[in-house]
Amino acid sequence: MQELINRAKELLANGTVNRVLGWRKGDLPTNPEPAYFNDEASLADFVYNGFCGVNLSKYMIEGSKLEGKTLIFLKPCDTYSFNQLLKENRVNRESVYIIGVGCKGKISESSLNAIGIKNILDVKGAELSDPCDTLEIETLYGKKSCDYKDAMLERCHVCKGKEHVVYDEIIGDSKDTADGDRFAEVEKIEAMSPEEKFEYFRAELSKCIRCNACRNVCPACSCRKCVFDSTKFDSAQKANADSFEEKMFHIIRAFHVAGRCTDCGECSRVCPQGIPLHLFNRKFIKDINNLYGDFQAGTEAEGRTPLTSFTFDDAEPGTI
Amino acid sequence: MYKISKENLPELYKAIAAVNSLYIPVKTAGQTNFAAWTETADVDLETLKTVKSPKDAFFPQCENIYTCERDGKKIKITPEELASESFVVFGMKACDVRGVEVLDKVFLADPIDTFYAARRDHGIIVAMACNEPELSCFCKVFGIDCSEPSGADVVTWLVNNELFWKPVTEKGEALTESVKSLLKDADDAAVEETKSNIKNIVEKIPNMSLSLEGWGRDDKLERFNSPIWEDLYNPCLACGTCTFVCPTCQCYDIKDYDTGHGVQRYRCWDSCMYSDFTLMAHGNNRTSQMQRFRQRFMHKLVYYPTNNDGMYSCVGCGRCVDKCPSNLNIVKVIKAFGKEAGV
Repeated sequence: MQELINRAKELLANGTVNRVLGWRKGDLPTNPEPAYFNDEASLADFVYNGFCGVNLSKYMIEGSKLEGKTLIFLKPCDTYSFNQLLKENRVNRESVYIIGVGCKGKISESSLNAIGIKNILDVKGAELSDPCDTLEIETLYGKKSCDYKDAMLERCHVCKGKEHVVYDEIIGDSKDTADGDRFAEVEKIEAMSPEEKFEYFRAELSKCIRCNACRNVCPACSCRKCVFDSTKFDSAQKANADSFEEKMFHIIRAFHVAGRCTDCGECSRVCPQGIPLHLFNRKFIKDINNLYGDFQAGTEAEGRTPLTSFTFDDAEPGTI
Repeated sequence: MYKISKENLPELYKAIAAVNSLYIPVKTAGQTNFAAWTETADVDLETLKTVKSPKDAFFPQCENIYTCERDGKKIKITPEELASESFVVFGMKACDVRGVEVLDKVFLADPIDTFYAARRDHGIIVAMACNEPELSCFCKVFGIDCSEPSGADVVTWLVNNELFWKPVTEKGEALTESVKSLLKDADDAAVEETKSNIKNIVEKIPNMSLSLEGWGRDDKLERFNSPIWEDLYNPCLACGTCTFVCPTCQCYDIKDYDTGHGVQRYRCWDSCMYSDFTLMAHGNNRTSQMQRFRQRFMHKLVYYPTNNDGMYSCVGCGRCVDKCPSNLNIVKVIKAFGKEAGV
């Protein structure tokens, strides 16, 4: 972490960048927040460890409008989101200096809660310099420990690998943390009967409170004004009035980001009701892979993608 | 004081539900929220905090106000009926009950919100003490005692395999009478021990001693104009999570839904984080996310207490602390201002 701070100070001092976009220490070890650092002194609060799961790419839509260059720290999987935003001309490459940071998998308080570890006062083993194998945790109700991988975000179990796809320099080692089958959950749902599927989606989506966190955090949801925020559109919008509309909101969103979603998993990370929203997107990814050949959005910053190009050999999913 | 064994609780729910609608924490698809009780509901009294607060029972996220129907040249207007049947909200925590008191000051003040008032009249609150307060809790800051909720009709404590039950108000006595055949007499000893255990835990939670110095005063402009907001708001995603899980957020929007042959006028919770919040014909009086972000905390910690004899409209439940996607929250705001002032 000190290496990142030192390099950020250097880049600020020599005028390469005007500000730094990274993570700031929270009031607890589990809650660092995204933050801008405008001078060397403010970097005293900079932090980078296992709890820095927030994907900073989307912040650069606004960040690109600021004067001069911004130094941004991107984890390997974040760089796919950044590349996709570049492709869509939503961020400006010239306004960013990218340090690709090492990543050994990201953990979160809610993943720890899910395995029964709550009220976390202190955590050891989550620094990048640690082997990231086990966590020693002090809680309000006593000491606990767990395997690092059991506290990882879902996305890390299907890690895209340790390569950064866009960067100016790289600091720190990364680890490919994949140990799961990316499409296993999708296949489970595909195997359900229509009635079971409907019941599954009804149970999950009826929890939606229309907070729009999934949409607002999503790097692929970059419309300046979302259609669901239009006052001229007669939708329930924030109303949570109609379970049909709740389902439609999530399904429409999944269609809208299809072919552009890099599977960064932020939607599921932020959902206050724990709805596995990433599965919608993953179903589209799986179908795209099957129909057009393996494709990972965000790998390239230029060129056409399966859903934005046409050939006479294209599959016609409606007719197969 | 009465008690009932845990294994007999389903009988208690059934007996309550026979006369009243019963809202209780229910686990659905892995998450616990207040919901209408049914015999097959997976009741969950162990989870300390429901994702959403029980505010919905009195002030639902969405409700119809009236319906207009076109019939030739005539328009028929049918107002929505007010709540007229009693209901019980079971398992509300001390902070959630205070949350309702915060709403009372808004909706029961002149002009009275008749929809809310009708629900308050017909609602019976069965509160429950918090056996294991969590790290994100800071209710004590607002003078709330989570070991013995006040403002409820009945207070309960889960102690080992028994639920202790103490009616506090007339409504609570009447409810107790209706389920008395299921309750046994009990003394206070077990409850007193539980209360003292809870108080010991509260002492260990750092945010329980958060200082509110500088908040709640009349000099609104000093806080309003502080440069700290510009630094704090940056990670805010402008989602509505904090406002929709909050037991005291009370802002709502009124909208018309075109039914094709008329209009359904409804109201739904609004969020000051949203860009169309308080949007008027002339435009919006808050034009940046910083202003919207500032509004939420100024409302809870300055405007509301100024207008309500110093009562804050935060109850320290910590739901926003747990759920903010960007790890921003009211505690961090209070601490940032405290740090600046050297508190």
